[in-house]
Amino acid sequence: MKTIQSKLKKQLHSPKIVNIMYVPALIFFVLLIFYPFFQGIIISFKEWNGYSPKFLWVGLQKYQKLFHDKDFYFTVKNTLIYGVGSTLIQNVLGLGCAVLLDQKMRCEKLVRTVVYLPVVISALIMGYVWYFFFKFEGGAINDIMMLLGLDPLDWLAVGKRSVWIITLVNSFQYMGISMVIYLAGLQGIPKTYYEAASIDGATSWTKFKNVTIPLLMPAITTSVVINIIGGLKLFDVIMAMTKGGPGYTSASISTMMYQMYFVRMDAGYASAMGIVMFLIISIISIINLKFFRNKEVEM
Amino acid sequence: MKRLSRCIMYIVGILYLIPFYILINLAFRPASNSSSYWIPSFNLYLDNFKNAWLEANMISAFKNNIFITLVVVVSVIVLGAFASYPLARYKTKFNNFIYTLCVSCMIVPPLTILVPLYKLIVNTTGTSTYLSVILPHIAYQLPITIFLFTGFIGSISKELDEAALIDGCGRFGIFFRIIFPLLKPVTATVTILVGVAIWNDYTFSIFFLQKPNMYTLTVALNQFFSQFSNQINWVAAGCIIGTIPLVILYLFLQKYFVKGLSAGAVKG
Repeated sequence: MKTIQSKLKKQLHSPKIVNIMYVPALIFFVLLIFYPFFQGIIISFKEWNGYSPKFLWVGLQKYQKLFHDKDFYFTVKNTLIYGVGSTLIQNVLGLGCAVLLDQKMRCEKLVRTVVYLPVVISALIMGYVWYFFFKFEGGAINDIMMLLGLDPLDWLAVGKRSVWIITLVNSFQYMGISMVIYLAGLQGIPKTYYEAASIDGATSWTKFKNVTIPLLMPAITTSVVINIIGGLKLFDVIMAMTKGGPGYTSASISTMMYQMYFVRMDAGYASAMGIVMFLIISIISIINLKFFRNKEVEM
Repeated sequence: MKRLSRCIMYIVGILYLIPFYILINLAFRPASNSSSYWIPSFNLYLDNFKNAWLEANMISAFKNNIFITLVVVVSVIVLGAFASYPLARYKTKFNNFIYTLCVSCMIVPPLTILVPLYKLIVNTTGTSTYLSVILPHIAYQLPITIFLFTGFIGSISKELDEAALIDGCGRFGIFFRIIFPLLKPVTATVTILVGVAIWNDYTFSIFFLQKPNMYTLTVALNQFFSQFSNQINWVAAGCIIGTIPLVILYLFLQKYFVKGLSAGAVKG
């Protein structure tokens, strides 16, 4: 019997032939992600318009240009605001809503349906809808301002303000995801833990701080990492609302890259930006994972 | 306390409905109605929809959207399920490395590789063809698909494989006869996750589909918006046309949508 089992195990584990089943997928990754990625690194060392066969090797010049480019500093700062700002807003409000909804409310299903609805809709379209609110002439928000006797404001004319408006719009759209993750997390915490804490005399705040939050850590990790990556890559909403303007004042690295490549035709510069964006996203996600994973506890 | 939280949640719910109220209100009133966006108009004015439908060439956009989404979803499921079987069942060091490689593709932002990818597409399939957008989509949706499928196959009991092997089933037979039919729940999740992402995609579509007859919904709406940005009622109607299919599906299959779209966030 033992020999049969070990034979079986061997048969079950040894055959390499089954590995050909992942070859098609690998071909896709190699051709459409890895190859372009390394090409991108090479292009970032070139002076090239993206079309002509002629190009010039310029070494690290494009990266040096990045360091001295004031517009690029702006866009990095904006990208971080989009990433970190939306993550904070979505998670704090999402957790708040989840805690409130977790109290077995009759309206739970209805509210969840409505709050999750924007997640299904294209970010571009949601961007247009919010444009109706923030536009200068006849915008829905300016109507309220005038009703209150205030002067109408051209909300999207100043980059600094637009950045925050876009952050809010993005948070509004995707808060539902955080809420749903936290709701599932909360429903997975055994009620006995709370009962034990109550017997020990814990108030609801200490229960929240010492029971809920530590046990919710896995949910927090995923929600934060997903949101921050999404926010740092933000593209659609910005294109819908301001196109990164005026100038580059509300641009993210993504939209500035798009402009550099398709409008200014500076392929090398756009590539260098892409690499920097990749580095920023990887570093932030790794730090995040490390930071939150360390705080996770066993249930 | 409970009453207060219920109150707060109702306010949140209403807050989330306001944008849709404005959108619907704008779409159903003539441009001649210049009153505030907040004031409801009670006449059902449908010309905006007609204009949006014709001017933005929505028929062809819908056709393109449906075709591209279908092809990508089916390819991703087949390729993903195939790839996940050896990765979940034969965990050699090499296969673990391959798995990590696949999943780490998730952190490469599509825009990082925009320039070389664009050049590659121009040189191979050419822009404004179905393949030009379908191939990058497949590559970018595969990592999450493999992640979900591998996790799911890992949870299927290995004894099933062993029993089939004793009964003389080949290794590929095990996949096609035993594993593949069991994948239905995770396939539903992947279909919704990938389907929604592709249906709403703007990034790849705007780069690779530049001929009007190839526009997908988002690109068509984008062009329509820049062309008629002062015809706000038309734009609103166009936005409604573009979202209605997914919204209806969502309302009917809510459970699956919530599960599917949040699956991208499941802990590994």
